[in-house]
Amino acid sequence: MPLGHTLLGLLEAGPRHGYDLKRAYDERFGRDRSLPYGQVYATLSRLLKHGYVEVEGVESGDGPDRKRYTITDEGITDIERWLAQPESPEPYLRSTLYTKVVLAMLTRRSATSVLDTQRREHLRLMRELTARKIAGDLIDQLICDHALFHLEADLRWLELTTARLADLERTVLS
Amino acid sequence: MSAPLLEAAGLHKSFGATPALAGAGFSISAGEIVAVMGPSGSGKSTLLHCLAGILAPDDGTIRFRGQDLVQMSDAGRSALRRGEFGFVFQRGRLVPELTCLENVALPLRLTGTGRRDAERQAMAWLERLEVADTGAQRPGEISGGQSQRVAVARALVTDPSVVFADEPTGSLDSLNGERVMRLLTLAARESGSAVVLVTHETRVAAYSDREVIVRDGRTRSEEFVR
Repeated sequence: MPLGHTLLGLLEAGPRHGYDLKRAYDERFGRDRSLPYGQVYATLSRLLKHGYVEVEGVESGDGPDRKRYTITDEGITDIERWLAQPESPEPYLRSTLYTKVVLAMLTRRSATSVLDTQRREHLRLMRELTARKIAGDLIDQLICDHALFHLEADLRWLELTTARLADLERTVLS
Repeated sequence: MSAPLLEAAGLHKSFGATPALAGAGFSISAGEIVAVMGPSGSGKSTLLHCLAGILAPDDGTIRFRGQDLVQMSDAGRSALRRGEFGFVFQRGRLVPELTCLENVALPLRLTGTGRRDAERQAMAWLERLEVADTGAQRPGEISGGQSQRVAVARALVTDPSVVFADEPTGSLDSLNGERVMRLLTLAARESGSAVVLVTHETRVAAYSDREVIVRDGRTRSEEFVR
């Protein structure tokens, strides 16, 4: 996750203290793993250096949380550029699963059981995510659905590969 | 684990020379949701139809609460289907001449419930499935997603022990499919109904407690996960 852009985006909604920024991040994007403080301040100081944010005011007292950060025009331009840019799709061309299936064949082990074991593990995770989705709110649903669609794609590959094992074995062992 | 509610063993069924089931088995406990998965033509719909007493197997046993479905009279099986089983198919299969409310009330009317009482219960189910506004409309006037939710209401209105769902999201887009699965599984869990869920989609199967895989007319059961 590009943390710099995420924090910039959150700051565009309004100036915040570092602590508020961490909380806003955790609420929307850090449900599985909250953001460590250190990382917030390290990222903010990098954004300060680039001129994408500035300190709007410092309240009296100690500690870094006294500073209120605000986004600059350069920061707004940067986040606009980032949002407009498409992400490179994952190529998915180096798969550990594929390697395992081929190695199982080369070493005369059962490729079917490699595929079956993986299928069970994928479905286990899919059930877990589905349960979380049913119990959760719309944000949980979106996060879980993204993962579920990817797991589903893996499972379709597992299914197809299971159906093609005999052909694959001929190719691998020839 | 409690005694199975519905169980089958050694099921064989052929259509002409084509074998659809070749020694399939199945078992489901009260309140459990089991997905039946497998490639097209593997025999999963035939298995569901045999389990529900719609098709008679050529060989094998099917027991519901210990009663043998295969040996039972046609009248006995029909009574069982009306009283204990609910059905959701790929496309609603609602009666086009009846309103949605009358469609949902129909299974209750067939088991002798008076009109007012049946329609009151039917309306409560339409509300639960978030389609109360379709009550006065006919199936031809509502969307596919709505008609599938009406079909779920109709399947659950008799408080069945088992709901048989054959590709219940097969004709729906992702959003409506998710909605139907969420409402179907939540309602079934609340009512304590077991669900036999035939699907080829793993995202749909993920709503179940476990899965049974059908390949070439034979079944393989995955372990429990709950």
